[in-house]
Amino acid sequence: MSDLLEIFLTAGFWAATIRIACPLILGTIGELICERAGVLNLGIEGIMTIGAMSGWMWVYQGGDLWTGLMFAAFIGALFGLLHSLFAVHLGLSQHVSGIGITMLASSLSFFVFRMMLPSSTTPPKIVPFRPINIPGLSDMPFFGEAIFSHTPMTYFCFAVVPVVIYVLYRTPVGLAVRMAGENPMAVEAQGINVLTVRTAAVATGSAFMAVGGAYLTMSAFDAFYFGMINGRGWICVALVIFASWRPGKALLGALLFAGLDAMQVRAQQFTGGLIPYQFFLMLPYVLSIAAMIVMARRAQYPKALLIPFRRGERI
Amino acid sequence: MTLRKITKRRFLAYALAVPIAAQVAITSHAAQAAKIKVAGIYTQPIQQKWDARLHQALDKAANAGDIEYVFSEKVANTDYVRVLREYAESGVNLIVGEAFGISKEARQVADDYPNISFLMGDPFEPHGSNFAVFDNYIHEPCYLMGMIAGTMTKSNKIGMVGGYPIGEVNRLFHAFMAGARSTNPDVEFKVNFIGSWYDPPKAKEAAFAQIETGVDVLYAERAGVVDAAREKGIVAFGNVNDMNKEENGTDVVVTSALWHMESAIGNAIAEVKAGTFKAANYKEWTMMAKGGASLAPYYEFDSQISADVKAKVAKLQSEIMSGSFTVEINDEEPKSTF
Repeated sequence: MSDLLEIFLTAGFWAATIRIACPLILGTIGELICERAGVLNLGIEGIMTIGAMSGWMWVYQGGDLWTGLMFAAFIGALFGLLHSLFAVHLGLSQHVSGIGITMLASSLSFFVFRMMLPSSTTPPKIVPFRPINIPGLSDMPFFGEAIFSHTPMTYFCFAVVPVVIYVLYRTPVGLAVRMAGENPMAVEAQGINVLTVRTAAVATGSAFMAVGGAYLTMSAFDAFYFGMINGRGWICVALVIFASWRPGKALLGALLFAGLDAMQVRAQQFTGGLIPYQFFLMLPYVLSIAAMIVMARRAQYPKALLIPFRRGERI
Repeated sequence: MTLRKITKRRFLAYALAVPIAAQVAITSHAAQAAKIKVAGIYTQPIQQKWDARLHQALDKAANAGDIEYVFSEKVANTDYVRVLREYAESGVNLIVGEAFGISKEARQVADDYPNISFLMGDPFEPHGSNFAVFDNYIHEPCYLMGMIAGTMTKSNKIGMVGGYPIGEVNRLFHAFMAGARSTNPDVEFKVNFIGSWYDPPKAKEAAFAQIETGVDVLYAERAGVVDAAREKGIVAFGNVNDMNKEENGTDVVVTSALWHMESAIGNAIAEVKAGTFKAANYKEWTMMAKGGASLAPYYEFDSQISADVKAKVAKLQSEIMSGSFTVEINDEEPKSTF
């Protein structure tokens, strides 16, 4: 038990938590934006994969890291538009369309990867974002290593959250997005096109997801492989519910999950060997489910979530 | 156009000419150094290094003109049997692949096509007359790497990150540990499994966590570990492929335990050509004595390893080759020791 407590006192644990959380933060925020506008986006796993591939490929072809992120966001937005074509404009099942997008995007990213790099027998590498040294802060004891030892992209992931909170709650655009998810009729009554709002929200959210995927190939690691996302997208979908559709709580949820993951890696190394390693691997998921049971009791989901809007239709 | 009258004589001439022409065609085909057709079926893309080793070996044989090579990659286990049958129907002579998740089903296919030879990655025994099995037994170079690792650690702590604790991973870990203990009895180990064959960010986090506990030498069974070692300025040992050259391991990867499928596949091809292919266990073909495994060069670390250690490694290597030293195979799940 004291071993377990010791884990929380190491700076490395907190640094790991921050690193692991980044793709989850962006993915969760992206999913949250889609769902606040009333559209479930199960394309997230595939969109993160294609974001990971396209951002990486951009840099591998000689591009710059930050423009690589923009490219990943652009590709993600394209798949968001595709999803909104089915789920928003045609009003089809959001589940089916989302799963379809995931399958299409993940297969397509591998297809493109293999077409462009047909012969490589080990995944080629790029020079990814490197940890930066912030004068003064990085040399601090404990906090220097825990918080100020990261790559620029890591800070970017955290900076996204307050911006999204501001836009969502303090601007007319955010109000329109939230209304489209609560009461699309009211949006329509204001003379705002619900379909446009939803399409834009899905495209924007998907762009965030794609950049979240790109974190894995451009900051956490330096190569792409098709199975890289490894279920992180699905975790984000659950985290949105955990966060009860609030971006601030989404950040907390991502940090909690990442913290549990960082903890299990360390707890796995304990000697004794009584508990099988699978138990530790399972921990973040089990504890997330447990946390969700507690949180979900008070969850307030967007009222028009999953309900397609057809102009002029009576409800 | 005039209709040719089929006379008796002409009819006879045609009737004779056709089989003769066919006969000529067959013999000239055989004369073409009896190029056999080989199919590779992989469950992962050929960028995945395990499958890459098979692919490279077959590609080499194809470039040398020994075989005609076709392959399918990223074939899911649920789809594997169908693809096996398709290649079997297409008239290939030898199929190389992996049957880890479908041991039973793959054997059934082999029973249905007794004239086709199968060389499959599989942890069980060979089957019937045409189903040979292999697995990567590269524990011997792992032992040699461990010997070097034992002398390189200053904290006497070595970290190891693996995918899943299955037999073929466990035996490498144990051999590495045994090798390290042989040169440094005080050495301790941290062991992590990430529960995935490819999740470099996760493997990297596991390695970081090990480094925090004082580990200063890593065994990189999975991708991602080398990057952690580079970022923290420590050294690592590679697995399966030459990670110093192929995975950006300059100044980080001391050496790697290499797996070579060339000799195993070469043997299978020769046997198929000679018509003597047997349902054998190719275990030894993936070990050092038969060229199935080796230790990668030290490259820039050559000057950092003491001559004494290098001599010891070279001596043991020749003993392994001659068979006078056997590295123990231990398939049990390894555990952290500190």
